[in-house]
Amino acid sequence: MNGLDIFLDAFFNPAVTAKYLPDILRGMVVTVQVALAVVVTGISLGLALAALRSFRLPGVNLLIVFFVDIFRALPPLIVILLVYFGLPNVGISLPSFAVLWVVLSLVLAAFAEEIFWSGILAIRKGQWEAARSTGLNFAQTLAHVVLPQAVRMTVPPLTNRTIAITKNTALGAVIGVPEILMQAQTAQSFSGNATPLLLGSLAYIALFVPVVILGRWLETRFAWGRA
Amino acid sequence: MPDSAAMLDVAGLRKSFGDIEVLKGIDLALQAQELVFVIGPSGSGKSTFLRCCNLLEQPSEGSIRVDSVELLDPRTDINKMRQRIGMVFQSFNLYPHMNAAGNIMLALRKVLGKSKAEAREIAESCLARVGLAEKAEAYPNELSGGQQQRVAIARAMALEPKIMLFDEPTSALDPELVGSVLTVMRELREAGMTMMVVSHEMRFARDAADRVVFMDDGLIVEQGTPDQIFGAPQQERTRAFLTNFQA
Repeated sequence: MNGLDIFLDAFFNPAVTAKYLPDILRGMVVTVQVALAVVVTGISLGLALAALRSFRLPGVNLLIVFFVDIFRALPPLIVILLVYFGLPNVGISLPSFAVLWVVLSLVLAAFAEEIFWSGILAIRKGQWEAARSTGLNFAQTLAHVVLPQAVRMTVPPLTNRTIAITKNTALGAVIGVPEILMQAQTAQSFSGNATPLLLGSLAYIALFVPVVILGRWLETRFAWGRA
Repeated sequence: MPDSAAMLDVAGLRKSFGDIEVLKGIDLALQAQELVFVIGPSGSGKSTFLRCCNLLEQPSEGSIRVDSVELLDPRTDINKMRQRIGMVFQSFNLYPHMNAAGNIMLALRKVLGKSKAEAREIAESCLARVGLAEKAEAYPNELSGGQQQRVAIARAMALEPKIMLFDEPTSALDPELVGSVLTVMRELREAGMTMMVVSHEMRFARDAADRVVFMDDGLIVEQGTPDQIFGAPQQERTRAFLTNFQA
């Protein structure tokens, strides 16, 4: 075999592809499930925390900032390991899917909270004043005037952050969530061939390129007044 | 003594920001349907005074009665009172994510609890009153400054306030757009609205105001009819201000 054949055999082996593609596809389904669950929970929780923070309740805000800083500082992998391998020692065993979902949701929530919060702070004081001067209370002003503007403003950074964090679904491989990377790694060790890993990469590209494009579309969609 | 007939009755109003006392004891009463102009140099406290009248600024002490309700009484529901106190801002402050009708409908729906159809009807009639009947669907960024300010006036008007406060309503406008806003204000006055206006539009003050109040350094220095204030000011500071202004 010449060099090219060796390379093609290692990364583009048709027999290995045929054998393990179904596993990779099953992994894609799992990745999509975890990713969707994380996006929905993480962004909702982040928005809720940012909204709560704008009430500026002293003790509550301290807790929010504490949570946010911790989860932005920690590598998600260590939290996943800690929860998955640590909690059973105190009698709490969570399925691996749940651990991955909860931990990534919390991480996304922490980042999303900061992004939404900076969006809320960026809304001019005049918007609050105009709404309050018509008799809207604080919560109504937040819900109908401030958050809709803040959320639109935060679509680009939020999209980037969401993509970055949902890619961390690959960390599920270390605790046995049968997502793309787990499937690819398993197939790679059974076949002794790197083709499954390449298939895994292609699977991520197939999943996330559309998300990147969706993000770009959202940015234009949410431009002022042209709904 | 509170003036029970007054629409707005301010007594002994003081406001400090930190160590700086911006309002040093303001007493002023507006009768129903009166148009009072507040003029004075920048930093005189006139905008702060206006903003105290719907508690956008929290006064340090004093009394503010609107339609005989004391705003500074902790039992007063300020959100309820603000429905009766319309406010128009220098920078319009329209909600950029809502069209003109939406800007007006928001408080009608959320504060007064009107149905969508009812709110829409009111919004359209208010827009017609400010000469923008055909702009209901326009977003703020599609409107000129003068049009935005007229939508903002319509938004305040829609709640049928007892009194309207104008904080330099034409200061952010190009000169050629000022006239349309003043026309709307004049029509409001003719419709019997009680109005307090902080502004530098002296010509408008001269022919539309019932009373002109001159403020300086956190106090009312002098007040009177436009003829008195512009024609024969009694106080040296008023004279100096007006001379500077006309220069």
